[in-house]
Amino acid sequence: MTDQQAQNKIKTEEYFINMGPQHPAAHGVLRLILTIDGEIIKNVEPDLGYIHRSIEKMCERDSYQQIVHLTDRMDYLSSHINNEAVCLTVEKGLEIEVSDRVKVIRTIIDELTRIASHCLWWGVMGMDLGALTTYFYAFRDREMINDIFEETCGARLTMNYNVPGGLMFDIHPNFVKRTKDFITHFKTKIPEYDRLLTGNVIFQKRTKGVGILTKEDAISFGVSGPTARGSGFSSDVRKHHPYSAYDRVNFKEILFTEGDTFARYQVRMMELWESVSIIEQLIDNIPEGETKAATKAVIKLPKGEFYQRVETARGELGVYINSTGNKNPYRVKFRSPGFSNLSVLNHISKDVLIGDLVATMASFDFVIPDIDR
Amino acid sequence: MSYFSDIYKGIKTLLTGMSVTGGYFIRARKGAITQQYPDNRETLKMFDRFRGEVVMPHNADNRHYCTGCQSCEIACPNGSIEIIWDRAVDPETGKKKKKIDKHIYHLSMCTMCGLCIEACPTDAIVWAPNFENSVYDRSKLTKILNQPGSSVLDGIED
Repeated sequence: MTDQQAQNKIKTEEYFINMGPQHPAAHGVLRLILTIDGEIIKNVEPDLGYIHRSIEKMCERDSYQQIVHLTDRMDYLSSHINNEAVCLTVEKGLEIEVSDRVKVIRTIIDELTRIASHCLWWGVMGMDLGALTTYFYAFRDREMINDIFEETCGARLTMNYNVPGGLMFDIHPNFVKRTKDFITHFKTKIPEYDRLLTGNVIFQKRTKGVGILTKEDAISFGVSGPTARGSGFSSDVRKHHPYSAYDRVNFKEILFTEGDTFARYQVRMMELWESVSIIEQLIDNIPEGETKAATKAVIKLPKGEFYQRVETARGELGVYINSTGNKNPYRVKFRSPGFSNLSVLNHISKDVLIGDLVATMASFDFVIPDIDR
Repeated sequence: MSYFSDIYKGIKTLLTGMSVTGGYFIRARKGAITQQYPDNRETLKMFDRFRGEVVMPHNADNRHYCTGCQSCEIACPNGSIEIIWDRAVDPETGKKKKKIDKHIYHLSMCTMCGLCIEACPTDAIVWAPNFENSVYDRSKLTKILNQPGSSVLDGIED
């Protein structure tokens, strides 16, 4: 009798285990109900609602200026991009063209936000897989970006710097210098990240060939962002539907075809370089102009439906506003990237070990308030 | 043979990573990156746009710039600002004029969005850099921004 046959004779029983809502590897209050046979996962059922704040319903109560600050609290790691999405939708409805200066500043801060978000993700991904040092190195560099935000916007995380029609106020005089300092500093640090984690044999063994997401699945489940681009699905909104100043900069859309956890990791690491390059192209020639287009104190969108999508650090964020012509929207819907990305988790996590699920989840870069809203 | 070469390559990658951390260990850094709060309380200076809490500046004669127009109250997304106002009779012209009685600010509800300060037509309220807001009683976070006996500066109209 071979070992395999002997194992088959042992009677096993499937059982349930809760991963979360308070789990160190879940980065928030996400509850996964795992059906487990031994240590092999048979089914993953996400249970949402632990951090639901009914942001979409609250938007129906608020005026268009007030909606913006609520979106900070969705995907808090790309808060400026969320703010911009709402502002672009309202500007589309009002048919205002913001000045070039606003577009360029918004794009620079978008990319800084993306770097900050990817830094945090890189640190946390290493930490999930047992490399605690990455966390401190990533936070060291993220701190510099947070200082830039604090000096210009007044807040480090929930910035609320965008208003419909432009920016709340002009950039701080130190903004350009600080950003340049950061870029010079950060360009020496990305190779360090690679040396510390990317080449590491333990890290590679735990990520290569784990959690493979095919391109077909990525498309049919509506996966977007770096997660989809790791599977070779070209889905970058910045490239396909440019907004703000993305049409005037050169950058590559990073695509990997392997679709495993390591491919998703590499996409994000390469995106750091692309973000740095976008900022370098824009930072030296921020055009002059007004920082806020004239809007009425009470914004009323015309009757109709408005939709705008942007690329946040995790994928495509869509903002849908249905207006009846009042000062409040009739219905607001956010198509958040985290929710769609989570839907594919069960599909790709069947018959894998629990440790591999942690690695897969880390590479998806979930922010739970974005999933739950 | 691949067994031994795997071991060799594996150890090499581990040493590459450790050379980064070891480099930081050997090279002495000039001070720490983290701030030594609260030891640096005296020297700690926040950025001038830092959003700590909303305050209403008063001048030496206990006068402020608030006309009681309620723009901030309307702009606030979650009702953190309440204004209790009444009408005062102007002693010179004899006309009735709106004035604030209490400008109540619920710091415990404030999300620091900055819409009230954007909306204020007379810059009567501004951001203060104070962020040490821990108190034992929640009611202490409800503040009355205008000082007792204060009044609006002459000539301020909204």
